[in-house]
Amino acid sequence: MSQQHILDAATLEQHEALIPPSGWFEQSETLQKLRKNKKFPTIWCPGCGIGVVMGALIRAIDHLGLKNDDVALVAGIGCTARMPVYMDFNTLHTTHGRALAFATGLKIARPDMKVIAIMGDGDALAIGGNHFIHAARRNLGITALVVNNSIYGMTGGQYSPTTPLGGKATTAPYGNVEPPFPVCDLAAAAGATYVARSTVYHALELDKFLAEAIAKDGFSLVEAVSYCHTTYGRLNKLGAAADMMRALKDNSLSKSAYDALTPGQQAENTKIVRGKFVDKDRPQYTAIYANLVTRVQGGEK
Amino acid sequence: MAVKLMQGNEAIALGALAAGCRFYAGYPITPSTEVAEALSRELPKVGGRFIQMEDEIASMAAIIGARVGGLKSMTATSGPGFSLMQENIGYAAMAEIPCVIVNVQRLGPSTGQPTAASQGDVMQSRWGTHGDHPIIALSPVSVRQSFDLAVKAFDFSERFRTPVILLTDEIIGHMREPVELPDFAKVGTYEQRVTDKPADYKAFRNAAEGVPPMAAFGTGYRYHITGLFHDEVGFPTQRLDEIDPWLERVNTKMENHMNEIALFEEDYEKGARVAVLSYGCSARTARHALKLARAQGKQVDLLTLFTIWPFPEKQVEELGERVERIIVPEMNLGQLALEVERIVGRKKVRRVGLANGEMVTPQMVLDAMEG
Repeated sequence: MSQQHILDAATLEQHEALIPPSGWFEQSETLQKLRKNKKFPTIWCPGCGIGVVMGALIRAIDHLGLKNDDVALVAGIGCTARMPVYMDFNTLHTTHGRALAFATGLKIARPDMKVIAIMGDGDALAIGGNHFIHAARRNLGITALVVNNSIYGMTGGQYSPTTPLGGKATTAPYGNVEPPFPVCDLAAAAGATYVARSTVYHALELDKFLAEAIAKDGFSLVEAVSYCHTTYGRLNKLGAAADMMRALKDNSLSKSAYDALTPGQQAENTKIVRGKFVDKDRPQYTAIYANLVTRVQGGEK
Repeated sequence: MAVKLMQGNEAIALGALAAGCRFYAGYPITPSTEVAEALSRELPKVGGRFIQMEDEIASMAAIIGARVGGLKSMTATSGPGFSLMQENIGYAAMAEIPCVIVNVQRLGPSTGQPTAASQGDVMQSRWGTHGDHPIIALSPVSVRQSFDLAVKAFDFSERFRTPVILLTDEIIGHMREPVELPDFAKVGTYEQRVTDKPADYKAFRNAAEGVPPMAAFGTGYRYHITGLFHDEVGFPTQRLDEIDPWLERVNTKMENHMNEIALFEEDYEKGARVAVLSYGCSARTARHALKLARAQGKQVDLLTLFTIWPFPEKQVEELGERVERIIVPEMNLGQLALEVERIVGRKKVRRVGLANGEMVTPQMVLDAMEG
């Protein structure tokens, strides 16, 4: 059997250039952001894309030069929500769907901290859908990182609010009859000030989007499209992890490429569009409330 | 401070402020809304923060998040909202996050009668969330005590790192009484103090009589908090040698301090063979019945419980040894009475319950003394 790389030659070369020299762990500021007292490996299946997102998040935080003490990671329940425990920040692993509601209290108590809510698609958009739209509406300075693998992975492959129409799941054995949520559109419509999407194949693009989102003083959303080869891939005969990773490359296009299409071509497009969809400014909740406190304490009735 | 006429709900809001509450998250629900209204007005004046969340689940989550960030925090609700909060109350018990949940009880189940009083959430306060866990619930009998127990609720929540339920009811919450409140600057509560260096800090180790000090996020103590069973530093665990000590510590941390936690009032008479045991609004009925009975020359004991959970077993056991009959008036079909029966035996207990929104009358209590 011939060995086949999932990356093309040019990308491979680009990635090989990034491989650090020996002694890298001690020297790498980025890897110092992993918890040293936490036992690895992770709970994720071999080949899972969530680890790629974790790497991107660490590189983004490192790129911004943030101190570990100044970052809080808040997560709900699910495969993705297990991410914070491996990283050396203030980490709060909460209840299913409620990461953004816990994060709301934390951000209001500590507006100086960078609060990042880490959720899967079911966590953020089904059980947590209400909190998602209201956090965006309030424009709280929180970054929502949604890892979208189109399925409930931890419970074994039930259909989620982002499972494609027709896709098979353990609770959709004849194919899913519900249309999926467009995550970025939802966030944009609800008022998010920064909205971007990439995939776990395009890890370096995720780094960039996450860094921009975390730097934003407002509600920001990054959708990281991933896959679940263990459940969704198996049920829909999509191959192994590497095949699903390759599919993210083959079945996605950049926003600039999408924008160059004719309206007719855009309407027929079924590929994942990667890019930044919203980047705007509007007053952030904790700043508005701080002003209110100043006004009231100044004697306003 | 001057004497003021105010509602129980308002007194709770002021008690919270005096205790140092600086964050409130809630969702409107009758008959608790006055607590939110008062705090939306008062919190900004002291530099605090108020937010109206999208539902009660989010409210409960937000107050936990705020306390993790270092602000003493509270929410207020009534039956339906209290049901929605249960999962996250369990989270606060598991992760040992101090917070106060006010439940102004109304008639249920379901939407029931939003404007009618009830004491139907006694058992929900104890067992509403899944799993075994300790909880503290306090129940005031007056407007002034609504203030005092709000302060106590914060004190206990910080002292024992636990959610505390302030279990009041529509009658006490909406009743107006003249009260004179203490100087807020002189009201104190237990304050968490971490003395360990960050490198040595273990948020969940068995220290300080089972209540390890809690560090706020962003103060240099980076650690993990989870609703999963966890080890001393907060990492998830499935090891029995880590789960069992946790269960032992957390489920005894209040039990061992019942002399601090059990708040009650005994009004006992020599030779009494009948006692009335009550709490919340029904304690006012009990007090009235006691007056009438004593005016008729009867010897009657009265035990009023302000701490409902953990159940003050010692006091009830002693009362059971004093008298032949204990009458338990309450606005439900027998909830706290179950606990009294557990301690003194079924034969000694007379339940006097109403669950239709009407108060138990003193006459009903007097009738239970006869026959």
